[in-house]
Amino acid sequence: MSDNRNVKIRVRQLSKVFGNQPKKALELRDQGLKRPEILDKTGQTLGLSDINFDVYEGELLVIMGLSGSGKSTLIRCLNRLIEPTEGEIVIDGENIPSLKEKELLECRRRHFSMVFQNFALFPNRTVRQNAEFGLEIRGVDPAERRETAANALKQVGLEGWEDAYPNQLSGGMQQRVGLARALANDASVLLMDEAFSALDPLIRGDMQQELLELQHRMKKTTVFITHDLDEALSIGDRIVLLKDGEVVQIGTPEEILTKPADDYVRRFIEGVDKSRILSAESAMRKVRSTVRDTDGPRTALRKMRDHSLDSIYILDRERRLIGLIDADAASQALEEGKERVTDVMTQDFRKVVRAEPLHNLFAMFHENRFPIAVVDDNQVLQGVVVKGAVLDELAQAGER
Amino acid sequence: MAIEFPRVPLGDWIEGGLNWLTSEYSIVTRAISRVTQTGIDGLNDALMWLPDWSLLVIIAGLCWWLANVRLAIGAVAGLALIWNLDLWDPMIETLTLVVIATLVAVVIALPVGIAAALSERLYKTIMPVLDFMQTMPAFVYLIPAIPFFGIGSVSAIFATVIFSMPPAIRFTTLGIRQVPVELVEAADAYGATRGQKLLKVQLPMSLPTVMAGINQTIMLALSMVVIAAMIGADGLGSEVWRAIQRLRPGDGFEAGIAVVILAMLLDRLTQSLRKQRKS
Repeated sequence: MSDNRNVKIRVRQLSKVFGNQPKKALELRDQGLKRPEILDKTGQTLGLSDINFDVYEGELLVIMGLSGSGKSTLIRCLNRLIEPTEGEIVIDGENIPSLKEKELLECRRRHFSMVFQNFALFPNRTVRQNAEFGLEIRGVDPAERRETAANALKQVGLEGWEDAYPNQLSGGMQQRVGLARALANDASVLLMDEAFSALDPLIRGDMQQELLELQHRMKKTTVFITHDLDEALSIGDRIVLLKDGEVVQIGTPEEILTKPADDYVRRFIEGVDKSRILSAESAMRKVRSTVRDTDGPRTALRKMRDHSLDSIYILDRERRLIGLIDADAASQALEEGKERVTDVMTQDFRKVVRAEPLHNLFAMFHENRFPIAVVDDNQVLQGVVVKGAVLDELAQAGER
Repeated sequence: MAIEFPRVPLGDWIEGGLNWLTSEYSIVTRAISRVTQTGIDGLNDALMWLPDWSLLVIIAGLCWWLANVRLAIGAVAGLALIWNLDLWDPMIETLTLVVIATLVAVVIALPVGIAAALSERLYKTIMPVLDFMQTMPAFVYLIPAIPFFGIGSVSAIFATVIFSMPPAIRFTTLGIRQVPVELVEAADAYGATRGQKLLKVQLPMSLPTVMAGINQTIMLALSMVVIAAMIGADGLGSEVWRAIQRLRPGDGFEAGIAVVILAMLLDRLTQSLRKQRKS
């Protein structure tokens, strides 16, 4: 699905050695030695080793790993706050590691906005002046940057706080300023370094939702760093999982949960509430049988009996879902001599799209006994989810 | 059998070097001397030209504006006492020396401090030099000052600048180094040049610390201009010096108290400047 999307940043064979003999460390790495052995032998720390991934235009890519996994180093290599030791980072055709100092400044101004874990707001500047910072650095004229900054502050819900100083704001609001500073800059990529990790859980959830909303609206390519798997799974379009400076797995949240690459990932995902991540699609079954809107109650009853069903979905010519009929209603219709199933069908069932979180389906089963229909955007029936299947799926995901 | 080591002629070397400097660069020292003397005379005359009471009002107003009424009242009381003791003119002379020495010291210290903060190598070179400047007994600077600039106020300024500059350099360096790494990183991430980083982030953030350094410099300058009376500097120091020579403790303490009043006034004023910046 994502193969035909435009690549915004291409990272190839990226490595970073901390120390004064990087060549030696990389040679040992090529001989198959791992980080602790290299540290023992040479005193060099292998921060990142042979990292390869793409960031697609407009996606929210999460780089996730525990502390020491190299995620902070990785995001800082992207805009060269840390010099990579070897490898390519290509953004719109420019290879960042080979840029000269002046070109690098230009590249940072055009391509990268960054949001920091501890906000990194300038305490001597007002909220507005903070939001204007990137534009000021670029030399945008005061009237224009004032307007752009005001707009960005409005986007993050800080209207009216323009003249306050950062120390007058709560943590969540400070990070909104950090976000506004990044948005006002209008660079092509948003880098977020543990942006929500310093916030308390409630505010954090809110900020995640807001980020998703903003990201959806603006389609801004975003690289988000986190150590929190739940956060990664709930906001990421795709996730790059790092361990000890190496990529362990790259995939969508669902892929990570359903097809963990190795034991490390498997152990990692053990504690996750999977019903929030898994979608209706994962528990969906093929429909065993349906009836057309032109069929009569007799056909419906026969099909139900043949496939041992209690109810059956009714489709039109384009296979669009228009209703449901259960066995009782069908036999009654037969007695009363009704000719079409549509005369007695009911709308009292639940339908969802493929991406609906499994979690939301529990309540629906509680309200309604019929299988839940899964439809696409055109109301065409894709499959059904029955109560047992949800539990099966969760149980299996737990074992995996 | 005792082996006799010859005494290292350290003093001779230094004297030789100083003599060489004095004779080779006499044009430079004389030019500096003339410029400085003009500056001192100009400021002195200006302050003296003002009627005593108007200067008092100006200083009190300044205290009120920068700090609070209490300091203003204190200033009026202190300055009135100095005036009453007939020490007004020496006080003005001392103030002039302090102001000029501080200006020169700060003008040199700021760029040096900034450079030392940004370059690790310069930092390592300059720190021992600062230690030397600060721990060398202050009187020693007075001796070479005389062949350079002759007896009088210019020599006093020279010695005072050397003695009082180190804290301004140290605090500037410290202030810039103390700017949180993440703020510097943020400036870098948005593509700031070195100059932009310095002007928009590092200097504004280190201003309170730099001001503390300047405050220290002023205090050291004041103590040194008093000592510099020994090489002919005018002002309250020469009153003290005269009291010592004539063995008149009363006069000595009067002049001494005037120095204390001036010191407190300058200290509170610069500190309130710093606090104002902070809030």
